[in-house]
Formats: sequence, C-alpha cells, structure tokens
Amino acid sequence: MNVINDPFTWLAGQLVNWLSTFMPANGVSITMAVLRAASLGIFALVMFMVMTWIERKGVARIQNRIGPNLAGPWGIFQPLADGVKALTKEDITPDHADRIVYNIAPILSAVAAMIVFAAIPFGPGLIGADINIGILYILAVSGLGVLAILMAGWSSNNKYALLGAFRVVAQLVSYEVPLVLSIVAPVMLAGSLSLVTIVEKQPVWFILVLPASAVIVMLSGMAEVGRSPFDLLDAESEIIAGHHIEYSGMKFALFFLAEYVHAFGVSCIVTALFLGGWRGPDIAGVTVPWLWFFIKAVLLFNIMVWARGTLPRLRIDQLMAFNWKFLVPLSLASLIVVPLADRLAQGMGLTQGSWPWALVMLAFNVAMILWAFALVSAAGRRARMAAQVPAEVTAAESHDESGYGEEHGLAHGADAGHAPAAAGAH
Amino acid sequence: MVPLTWYLVVAAILFSIGVFGVLARRNAVAILMGIELMLNAVNINLVAFWRYLQPDKMVGQAFAAFVFVVAAAEAAVGLALIISVYRNRSTVDVENIDWLKW
Amino acid sequence: MTTLQVMFILISLITLGGGLYTVIAKNLMHSALGLILSLAGVACLYGLLEASFLAGAQVLIYIGAIAILIIFAVMLTRGVMGSFPRVNDQWSYAIIVSLALLAVLLVTLFRFNWPQGAPAAVPADSIARLGRALVDPGQYALPFEMASVLLVAALIGSIYVARDKK
Repeated sequence: MNVINDPFTWLAGQLVNWLSTFMPANGVSITMAVLRAASLGIFALVMFMVMTWIERKGVARIQNRIGPNLAGPWGIFQPLADGVKALTKEDITPDHADRIVYNIAPILSAVAAMIVFAAIPFGPGLIGADINIGILYILAVSGLGVLAILMAGWSSNNKYALLGAFRVVAQLVSYEVPLVLSIVAPVMLAGSLSLVTIVEKQPVWFILVLPASAVIVMLSGMAEVGRSPFDLLDAESEIIAGHHIEYSGMKFALFFLAEYVHAFGVSCIVTALFLGGWRGPDIAGVTVPWLWFFIKAVLLFNIMVWARGTLPRLRIDQLMAFNWKFLVPLSLASLIVVPLADRLAQGMGLTQGSWPWALVMLAFNVAMILWAFALVSAAGRRARMAAQVPAEVTAAESHDESGYGEEHGLAHGADAGHAPAAAGAH
Repeated sequence: MVPLTWYLVVAAILFSIGVFGVLARRNAVAILMGIELMLNAVNINLVAFWRYLQPDKMVGQAFAAFVFVVAAAEAAVGLALIISVYRNRSTVDVENIDWLKW
Repeated sequence: MTTLQVMFILISLITLGGGLYTVIAKNLMHSALGLILSLAGVACLYGLLEASFLAGAQVLIYIGAIAILIIFAVMLTRGVMGSFPRVNDQWSYAIIVSLALLAVLLVTLFRFNWPQGAPAAVPADSIARLGRALVDPGQYALPFEMASVLLVAALIGSIYVARDKK
C-alpha cells in the first residue's frame, strides 16, 4: 500500500513510528485511538462546510441566481464567515427555559449526527470501528437525534416550539419505519448487519439489484434529516422555525450543523449499502477506494440538493399519507419479493453476486415497482373520476344570483356555447 | 473479567429502585417509568445469565428480545390509557383516580 | 482492578444514578431524562456482555421509541392546575419495602454457588444464530409469532383508547 492508494493508513503508520520513539506502547495506542476519533469528527465538520457551500451554490444556480460569491473566490470561505457570525451573535436563553435541557439539546443533536461516521467503511480497511451490528448502530444513533429535537422543543418554553417539535417527531418516527424495512433488504442479501460485509458482497452494486429499496432508503433518509421536500420542520414560512425558534448564535449553528452532517451521513450510508461503497475502477493504474467513496457520497448529496431546489414542500398530511400508504406497503412488498427472487435465482443455479443473478432480481424488482405504480395511478384515476362527476352536476344546476348573466344573454352553465348565437340573433 | 454476581447486584438494585418508583410516586407516568426500570433490570439479569452460563445457546438473548417486545406493547397501551384518563378527568394523580372504590 | 471492571463500575453508577434520579426528581421531564440516561447505561452494559444486537436494539427501541412516547405523554398530561406532590403518603413504607426486597435478592444471590472461572467465548455468528432461533419451528418461532400478535393488539388497542372521541 502506498501513499496514493491509502494515504490515511500510510499517515497512521508514520505517526506510530514517530510516537514510538518517545512513548510506551500503551501511550501510543491510546494516542492513536484518540487521533482516529478526532480525525473522524474533524472530517464530519469539514464535510459540513463543504456541504453548506455546495447546497447554497447549487440551490442558487437552480433558482437562476449566483449564490454567495463575496467571501473568497466562488464564495468558498462563506461557511467560515457563517461560523464566525454564529460565534459572535448574542446567546439568548429564554425566560423560564429549562437550562440544562436547553443547553444539552443542540449538543446531543450534533453528536448524534457525527457518531454515525464511526461505522461507515471509507475504504477496504478504513473504518472507525468494525462492529458486527454496523447498520443497527447507525439506526440507533439516528433515534438519538430525534430525542434531541424533542428536548429542544420542550425546553424552549414556547408553545410554537413545542408544536413544531411534536410535528417533527411524528414525521421522523413515521419515516423510520420504511427506512428500517428497506435497509433489511440489502442486509438480507449480504447476510450480515456489518457494513464492511455488505460492501464486500457488492461486485454488482445493490442499486441495480434492489432499485426499489434504494429509492425508499434515499427518500426516507431525506425525510429523516428533514430536507426538502420533507422540510416542514424548519419551514420558515410555516411555523416560524419550528423547534429551534428560541435558539440563537452557536447553539443554532449546532442544529444547522447537525442537519447537514446527518444529510451527508445518510448519503454515506446509501453509498455503502447500495452504490458499492468504495468499489470503483482504478484511476491511472492506482486503486483509490477512498476517492470513489467520496465521489459517490457527494453525488448523492448533490441529488438531495437537486431535490431541494426543484420540488415544492409537502404538507404534513401529504407527508404522512405518502409514508403510510405508499412507502410502507412498498417496503413490505419488497421484503417478500426480494428473498423470493433471491431463492429463485439461486435455485436456477445462479450464484449470488453474478450478473445473471442481478438481472433476475432486477426483473422482479422492476415488476414490483410497475405494479405499485399501476395501483397508485388506478387509485388516482378513481379519485379524479369521483371528483369530476359532482362538478358537472353542480355546473348544470348553478345559476348566478346577481343577474349579470341574464342581462347579457349568457345562458346557464353548460349552454354557454349557444349564448353568442342567441345574443347575435336579437 | 467482571464476575457474574456484580451484574446481578446491579440488576437487583435497579429493580428495587423501580419498585420504589411504582409504590411511592403519585403521577401515573412516573409509575410507568418505574415499571420500565424494573423490566430493564430483569433484562440485565437474563443477558448476564446468557453470557456467563450458556453463551452458545440463544435462549437468553431470545428471552430478552421478547421482554423488549412486551415492554414496548405495555408502555404504548399504558400511556394511551393515561392520556384517555387525562382527557376525561384532567388529572393523572393516581390518588384521585379512585372512582372504582366503594 | 482491570480496565473492564473500572468501566463496568462507571457504567453501573451512571445506570443506577439515572434510575434513582428518575424516581426522585421533582420535574417529571427531568425524570424522563434520568430514565433515558439509565436506559443508555443498560445498553452499554449489554455491550460489555457482548450482546451486541441487544445493545443496538435497546437504544433503537427503548430510547428511540419508548422514551419518546413517555416524553409525549408527559407533555400531553401536564396539568393546568398546580402540580401535586411527587410522592404519596406511604412513601416511607415504600422505601422499607424496596430495601427489604433488595436485601432478600442480595442474600439469595450471594448464597448461591455460581460457576466460577472465565465464561466460555460467545460464538462469532451469534446474531445469525439468534435470527435462526427466532424463526426455527423447533426453537422460538411460536413465541415470535405471539409477540407479533401482541404488538398488533397493542397497536390497535392504544390507537382506539387514545383517539379523540368528538
């Protein structure tokens, strides 16, 4: 392994050599462990800065404007400027707010977003902690983030914050259901909860094998983070700012940080689960797995930015209906179809991980998606028919009380076509 | 290596704290929190026995998983009942919820 | 005193401290937060006991769902009238009863002859074994199905009991 292939392991090796010259073995291992944890945290924070820049520039270009361009070339120092602004703003604590809970909530939110990166494989040996319950750990710490929002809403002593927190928690808890159900599908195919094993079992990327589950995980992940079009949580025009209405300065910056770091975390999770993680062809003869992972994760984040800039916001009842009436039944159906197709393909003699097996699974999945869309469009057509029939009836029966139509010879309702002829005859 | 008895002592203390919470608190939700403490203490016991006595059989972990399920179901139904009582009588003080007494 | 034992003592102190704070806190919301601390401590204890799946499930189920449910209930049942005292009239008897229970439990468990020596190693595929045990008809498939029926009954029951009857 050389510098370009795996710069992090090389750097760690150099550091260990340098530290061993003046520290005992225990001290070296403890220092390396602390440095590893610190570098993961710093990576999360640096990616937060890059993600905010991508978001503001991307959304601006979609909306046909330029975005930040004053703080440095192309505005790349804008996140730094934002950080300085957040630090210098006055830190207000509302009256009668519960101080301990009020202060802990943003910290818990940011921490819950950042510790997701400990279980994500950035390269073949490049992982914070190779625990055997990788994806379960990630789901569990996402639940901690939900708790932090509830604490924030309650401790602000503000009924709008509380109402906002209720709605947010209802949305987040509801969207955990299709997220967990759809994450079970690649776990089933890989046979393990560990993300390292899931990445290793992807010579064919799981997005080609399980497109339905990939899309559901992406959508539920976006809803879990609270990004558009599911961003009723922090919609400025709806509920002022929801649960972080009473936070200012650095505490608000911590919530902001938590949202973007969590969004990048979701992109990394979807990359590891469905896009083959660090798998990619060699560039100029050198294998750079960490670069491929990075490229795929940033690509997924760009898709999230694209969705934010393009799609309008969903109302809370539309959100819930979409979740319970479409995503959950589809994920349950895919839970039945995926192992069925897998066993069928293996029964036909195809080995897992080969292209023919992938084509069989893809065929089953596409059939399921088409069937789901056919059901939804049939239901939509029925609803449109039901909405149209009373409209024709009411148009025929309606009459204008003001008398305007009578004076100008306009006939009632559906006879409007004959009116000009009748008026012209007089 | 942590001896088995340490885990059992922790579980026993947590269980008695839960018993005190159930017997002494007036707020119905606080009583439910005491019940959750007791269920967790029992789970610690089960998993400690699994680890130290029979780590190759999955009895202990399966039993603990079923206790999770029962605790979740009981918390949901109990809290629904408390909310319903609150809607009807505007109180969750169990000292005042005694209309079935004669 | 090995590192593992020190860690165990720290985690148990956090768990028991959280539990104690749950039952004596004045503010019900602080009680709920103490409960969450206690549940997190129990999850760490599962991690020490190498039951990794249960540790993840504990955080996901208890802290991610049950604790949130309890906080919702606390917020929805906050009285507009003044709050009532924390403990009822028999709290001294409650202390005596719980201490007596603790004494009985401790005496029983210290008198028993627990197997000494280091425990056997946990098999590497314990999660897969747990999964197989839960759906194996010869093992725990029946309790698994009954647990799912229980959850459906609890779901329907709690929705029905707590709905707004307008």
